Amino acid sequence: MRILAFIVVCLTGAFLLYGTSEFPDWGDPNAPASLHVAGYYIEKTYEETAVIFTAGIGCFLLLRDFRGKKEHYYHHIPTGVILHIKDEKKSLTVGKEFGYMDKEWVPPDLINKNICRILIPFIQINALYVLAHGDYSPGGGFQGGVIFGSSLILLSISYDLKTLVKRVKERLLGIFAALGVLIYAGTGALCLIIGGNFLDYGKLAPLLPGHSDHIRAYGMLVVEIGVGIAVMAVMTIIYINIVSEGRHDEGL
Amino acid sequence: MSDVLSLIIAKYNYWLYVILMMIGLYGMIAKNNLIKKVVGMNIFQTAIILFYVSIGYKTHAGIPIITSADTAHGVAVKAADYINPLTSCLMLTAIVVSVATFGYAMALAVRIYQRYKTLEEDELRMRLSEE
Repeated sequence: MRILAFIVVCLTGAFLLYGTSEFPDWGDPNAPASLHVAGYYIEKTYEETAVIFTAGIGCFLLLRDFRGKKEHYYHHIPTGVILHIKDEKKSLTVGKEFGYMDKEWVPPDLINKNICRILIPFIQINALYVLAHGDYSPGGGFQGGVIFGSSLILLSISYDLKTLVKRVKERLLGIFAALGVLIYAGTGALCLIIGGNFLDYGKLAPLLPGHSDHIRAYGMLVVEIGVGIAVMAVMTIIYINIVSEGRHDEGL
Repeated sequence: MSDVLSLIIAKYNYWLYVILMMIGLYGMIAKNNLIKKVVGMNIFQTAIILFYVSIGYKTHAGIPIITSADTAHGVAVKAADYINPLTSCLMLTAIVVSVATFGYAMALAVRIYQRYKTLEEDELRMRLSEE
């Protein structure tokens, strides 16, 4: 089996290398990719929002488990005593006196927690900066959204998953993911209604203030904000669902 | 012999991506563990991304941001001075797609593990034939 696979792989590689003999050299300024294809694909980026949204919904549908755990563990913070509650109907209010606990629970690490607590706001500001400056520097909605989502994931790694789920509700994440796609598709559809092509920002001139040269930048910014919101929410949804096997209670 | 060597040197980016792609394809076909297959798929996608990014490169060209010094003096902007940004932009979409497929594949793997308690392909086939 392994030998067969190796032969197949080598044959594929040999065919591909044979094909490259007619390709342009590396760094050739007159390569067809630089001369002809530009412009054709620029309108194709709407796929990325649709794909990432579908993946988030898919992870949710595959993994989400609403049954919940039967037994709960708590720890008493002043004394460190662990409480095991077998009755699923009873639960303790978590606050200054009692804290959550689960299989992978470890005592909170002072250095990790505080460093992450200081860093997370700056990571989020950086995410917003990258998002807002996407139209005239490297960056944009996807990168900004990923940085913002990773700051939420960092919160759940440095504290625990419950802290994240308590602050950012699952419903909110779902609404954000859908809202991002709606902003993106809505802007495109608005251009269609006014009479242009899909995402033809120049047609938005009557709706937005400012010089007509800036309208395209505004349109791009709106679309990037939509992409950023959707990507941020979907990254967090995928992470939470995979790490807790869909139960949203314990995890890394 | 020297002809072949010069041909390889002129197009060595294609050789690199083809080798990377063969590694990924071998991982997808021959490995028994589902997670290793997914990692093989990721290597494959990385090879495609590298291929596209290398197409956009031009020798002696700068980053594709038009400097204000060029436009202020009325010098015409020459396309050969800037690398082609289109391929990199396209690959941004490919990165998103690879993130999405990786996340979805991980979710599937978690689900398979929950049900069959294994990720090895031969054991999975055994469990399936038992049922």
